[in-house]
Amino acid sequence: MKRHALSTRIWHWLNLVCVVVLFMSGLTISNAHRRLYWGDWGFAPEQAWLAVPRFPDWMTIPGYYSLAVARDWHILMAWPFALLLLFMWVTMLVNRHFKRDLVTTRAEWKPRAIWHDIVQHLKLNFDHEGGKFNFLQKLAYGLVLGVFLPMMIFTGIAISPGMEPTFGWLVDLLGGRQSARSLHFIFAFALFGFFIVHVLLVLLAGPIGQIRDMITGGRHGEA
Amino acid sequence: MKRRGFLAVIGAGFAAGCNKIAESDSGSRLLGAAEKWHQGAHRLLTDREALAPEYPRSAISSYFRGNGSTDPQNGDYPAQAAEGFANWRLEVRGLVENPMSLSLDNIRRLPQRTQVTRHDCVEGWSAIGEWTGPQLSLILDAAKLKPEAKFIVFRCADNLNGQDYYESVDLIDAYHPQTIVAHRLNGEPLPVKNGAPLRMRIERQLGYKHAKYLTAIEAVASLDDIGRGQGGYWEDRSGYQWYAGI
Repeated sequence: MKRHALSTRIWHWLNLVCVVVLFMSGLTISNAHRRLYWGDWGFAPEQAWLAVPRFPDWMTIPGYYSLAVARDWHILMAWPFALLLLFMWVTMLVNRHFKRDLVTTRAEWKPRAIWHDIVQHLKLNFDHEGGKFNFLQKLAYGLVLGVFLPMMIFTGIAISPGMEPTFGWLVDLLGGRQSARSLHFIFAFALFGFFIVHVLLVLLAGPIGQIRDMITGGRHGEA
Repeated sequence: MKRRGFLAVIGAGFAAGCNKIAESDSGSRLLGAAEKWHQGAHRLLTDREALAPEYPRSAISSYFRGNGSTDPQNGDYPAQAAEGFANWRLEVRGLVENPMSLSLDNIRRLPQRTQVTRHDCVEGWSAIGEWTGPQLSLILDAAKLKPEAKFIVFRCADNLNGQDYYESVDLIDAYHPQTIVAHRLNGEPLPVKNGAPLRMRIERQLGYKHAKYLTAIEAVASLDDIGRGQGGYWEDRSGYQWYAGI
């Protein structure tokens, strides 16, 4: 049996492309109006809860300031991103990857067990006794797949004026259009934070083997 | 600093790749197709007449920001503003059976719709205001569209960088109940910064669709001969999406 299912590997790399394009074009869109607000409206500095720094051109798509082109890229990737996530969730539930590898057990939530996991991570000991993932991995992947990525889609729909006539309840649930825009930004950076830690841990755990396995599937039981 | 430099190279390289794709023929076709796909999905998921949210008067923003042109200085606009727009006319022309030239008084005498709605700028900010004016559908019905009319073009008095502003929508948005020719904001005549004396409200799309300083409504069969063919001032100049519901 493969360590990573084909569906997981395909989703992982296609999702990476989508998320990177969405994030970098999103930084250009952020540069167009560098303030965030709560509630339904806001346009002035005194109404903002955060003044966002300007992101330099090397971080953005396109590599110069163009809100129109950035929106083109964002619009292009939004649908593949959403459909791929739906695909991943359906296959995860069907092939039991979710139940087998990602659902946490009650025992794992005991403070002593969590502390043990943190210590093992800090010692850079990546052996997991038994299951495929340890508690912190389950928590991180669960949050990303179950909260961060879906929230990007829901908050994205909520800030689209053409969708709002049908999904007005979603905008209300998120606290208004400007709150949804703020949350879109916050979850984007939560994902960025995950990305940094994820890449760092891959580098520490042996990047060549990790990346090879995520391409070929690897063999079960091999680290 | 070194890692930053490395990231910068990756970032810039990726962005450059994207630029190459965007500038190629098939790349720009792909980006255009994505916009159409969103519009189709919106129309599929949303009733043609589904309303943008309307708010209670208590939700109105403390003031309503002006953006883009906020005080046109070209043509006879300053003179018209000085006389309180007493001689302002709105032309209704193009593919219509009855071309018309309406005075502000004509427009104020039509049945009015008042709506408290949210204005979302493409840049990201929002403001809520109460708008009053006749539905565009009343004016189009009075002018009687010819069957070949497919789009409504809005002509404007303001001149940005040497070019008059213009915008367009298809008939679904033109006939939407909340699409009005607004002449009042928050119970007062429309201020100059917000488009006096007349502006469009296209509530299910972003702010650049809501043409200000409206001088003419023109029914056309195609957008090919309007400006550079993309359907609006920003669409022609900066590549903004014609469908601004995203």
